[in-house]
Amino acid sequence: MAYSDKVLDHYENPRNVGSLDKDAANVGTGMVGAPACGDVMKLQIQVNDAGIIEDAKFKTYGCGSAIASSSLVTEWLKGKTLDQAAEIKNSAIAEELALPPVKIHCSVLAEDAIKAAVADLKSKQVGSKEAA
Amino acid sequence: MKPVFFDHNSTTALLPEVLETMLPFMTQQHGNPTSRHVFGRNTRDAVEQARTQVAQAVGVQASQVVFTASGTEANNFAVRGIASNLEASQLLISAIEHPCVTRPALAMRTSGWAVNAMHVDENGQLKMDDVSKKLNSSTGLLSVMLANNETGALQPVAELSVLAKQHKAYVHTDAVQALGKIPVDFIALGVHAMTLSSHKIGGPLGAGALILDKRVDIQPLLLGGGQEKGLRSGTENVAAIVGFGAACAIANDNLSAYQEHTLALRTQLEAGLNQLKATIFGGKSTQRLTNTSFFAFPNVEGETLVTALDKAGFAVASGSACSSDSNEPSHVLLAMGVDEDLARGSVRVSMNMQNTAAQVDAFLVALKQEVQRLKAMTAIAA
Amino acid sequence: MSDRAPIYLDYSATTPVDPRVAEKMIPFITEHFGNPASRSHPYGWTAEKAVENAREEVAKLVNADPREIVWTSGATESNNLAIKGAANFYAASKGKHIITVATEHKAVIDAVRELERQGFEATYLVPEPNGLVDLDKFKAAIRPETVLASVMLVNNEIGVIQDITAIGNVCRANNIIFHVDAAQATGKVVIDLETLPVDLMSFCAHKTYGPKGIGALYVRRKPRIRIEAQMHGGGHERGMRSGTLATHQIVGMGEAFRIAREEMAAENERIRMLRDRLLNGLMDIEETYINGDLDHRVPHNLNISFNFVEGESLIMAVKDIAVSSGSACTSASLEPSYVLRALGRSDELAHSSIRFSIGRFTTQADVDYTIELLKNKIGKLRELSPLWEMFKDGVDLSKVQWAAH
Repeated sequence: MAYSDKVLDHYENPRNVGSLDKDAANVGTGMVGAPACGDVMKLQIQVNDAGIIEDAKFKTYGCGSAIASSSLVTEWLKGKTLDQAAEIKNSAIAEELALPPVKIHCSVLAEDAIKAAVADLKSKQVGSKEAA
Repeated sequence: MKPVFFDHNSTTALLPEVLETMLPFMTQQHGNPTSRHVFGRNTRDAVEQARTQVAQAVGVQASQVVFTASGTEANNFAVRGIASNLEASQLLISAIEHPCVTRPALAMRTSGWAVNAMHVDENGQLKMDDVSKKLNSSTGLLSVMLANNETGALQPVAELSVLAKQHKAYVHTDAVQALGKIPVDFIALGVHAMTLSSHKIGGPLGAGALILDKRVDIQPLLLGGGQEKGLRSGTENVAAIVGFGAACAIANDNLSAYQEHTLALRTQLEAGLNQLKATIFGGKSTQRLTNTSFFAFPNVEGETLVTALDKAGFAVASGSACSSDSNEPSHVLLAMGVDEDLARGSVRVSMNMQNTAAQVDAFLVALKQEVQRLKAMTAIAA
Repeated sequence: MSDRAPIYLDYSATTPVDPRVAEKMIPFITEHFGNPASRSHPYGWTAEKAVENAREEVAKLVNADPREIVWTSGATESNNLAIKGAANFYAASKGKHIITVATEHKAVIDAVRELERQGFEATYLVPEPNGLVDLDKFKAAIRPETVLASVMLVNNEIGVIQDITAIGNVCRANNIIFHVDAAQATGKVVIDLETLPVDLMSFCAHKTYGPKGIGALYVRRKPRIRIEAQMHGGGHERGMRSGTLATHQIVGMGEAFRIAREEMAAENERIRMLRDRLLNGLMDIEETYINGDLDHRVPHNLNISFNFVEGESLIMAVKDIAVSSGSACTSASLEPSYVLRALGRSDELAHSSIRFSIGRFTTQADVDYTIELLKNKIGKLRELSPLWEMFKDGVDLSKVQWAAH
């Protein structure tokens, strides 16, 4: 299978691999996919007081394109607001990595992971405001 | 002395430049084209390049080429594969088809097909009036070879396709003997399937192809790993396929030189045969392959003559190589209405670029001697 | 990334042609050309003699009579010819039920499926988790109208060796034609067709250091087994299989099988040593699972699943070695191996399996390199794997509610 140079680069040198404290109030975690489907993506974002994403980490069980898609979005997420983050589209990821048609689902999964992480964070923030 | 090979319709020597392309795939390039690692990708690329070369030789897209192990397999695949996916109706073949078309066609009878033969004239060419008589709306498939292996007679396949189209029937042509000898244009012929073979054009044994119109729904003969888009399972014979591709490219480039060279040799040969009062089959030279001369001498048994010529150092054929286990007279000649005794005396000379005028001269000398000797023996016996 | 050619550990997909085999073949592709069916001139005679010598060599490796060997274009054709040919020939007298195994090669499975479309019935036995067929389950599948059974000798993915003597005896007792796909077995296990209760056996050259595009079918003479030809034409191979034969390829198969006969005992010992070294090295890695029985298995094959690592990324990670994930014939699709699934492996473990197949030209250095590479890459991928993290945190992954995707 021919992978693009960008996929190979992210696969060989994945950016922002790791985990953030999932219980922290300013950390949102999105876990999407299923082992039986061959992909599980865990994406975490951490926002500062201004609501800007200051850190993003991922771990991915999946093919090279899935790893590259999640690695790429961790780079893109940093410096964005949650609303800007939620606007990242799978088509942009697929285009940037030159994913072949059979691998488009990897970019879809990355978009879903962002949405899940943002949603998780927002639910925490709502929860903390209510508590306050 | 090395015998002179005059049996190129049976098989041809592998061209040295074809062998060159194959050698890497007989030794170090060994990957299975299905494998995804670099060994597999290398052989996959080689197979696909060969596919393009074969496609170009007959004017089609690479995706229309299905590789098989032989022309025999491709003919079986075409006839059985196409017929099996149609409702049983009439299957028409010419009376001069190779057994690897005739036999699978006849086998379709058990599935309810009516199999009928279309007649040929005294020159071995399909009689179009007989085609018109037999072809009707209940005809599903026709199979007619583009050039006959024994006489070299060219068949009106394009004309046949036009008629078949009116009745929505599929047309398959066995172009094994035509490839490299006449221009072969799949689209101009208007056929739905075409059989090709590697070892008749200086390529190796072990590779053939079926060219398919994309609209044809065909059932595979070999099932398994799903190679050739599921139409022909089995690990690709990479070296043979690569050689087949190279041979197609060379045949394409050399076509006019081939025709010029073999026509000159055959004209020389047939001038000599006429002097010896041989009967030459297959009609006017323009309606035959330029390399083929099929002839007989009255009262001379063909098998005996072939054996005698062999001792004299000339490899020629009596009838087709595939049926030479039997001493039946050529079914092609019988279909042309040739007398059975004369048919038994038939000898085929088929040449190619490697033959020379000197070989033809030497052959005519030997032929004259042997025919006179055999006739004298027959006379004594009588 | 290194520029060296990857180490070839995919001998079950295809083997390199042994240089001695290539040397034998090349004269027949250059000088001795000729159609072996052409009886009328010496070009044909030389070819015919070479073909008959090769037939003897093939017969000798499996202790058969040369007259029992029919040439084909490969194991796929042999399997198709044996199964469709015998089923069609004997259906009228015996019946229309076939027994085979879910882990057979696709060429067997698909040929049987084709017969099902033609009105036959088939039982696909599920093997035990170790990949072996349970003889009692085989017996239980037999019906009065069972005409044919097809069981492979050595599995292509997991290398397990079926007890074809026992299965064949059951077939004999029940008047069932028994076909065995031995494509992966020649040169790896001793095959003695004089004593084995087998009626039809498929072979190919390119898994035993011969060329691609040539194979053979053994068709027993005593008692005589009949098959319906699947390819019609010039009536070559006593009418069982038509089509001009590639002399150089047949010669190659003969030479490859001669070498196998003479060298397999020593070669298999060497390969067993290498396999054990590889096995010991890889079993150091946590959460690895061997697929298929280790005792009833050819030494050439090692099939291992690496838990919590996804299959495709694993293949990418080990691109400096040429291996297969699943069978070569199915690796174009992203489906997990049907063989491993038939053993009851989860999709995840099936996906994360690697088949290492060792052969004649594998060295100890190759094996050592492979072990180091795997240790390194598996570690790296697991560091990336959220599943590994959860496993290490003590999460029971089977209880996790995965987001539907």
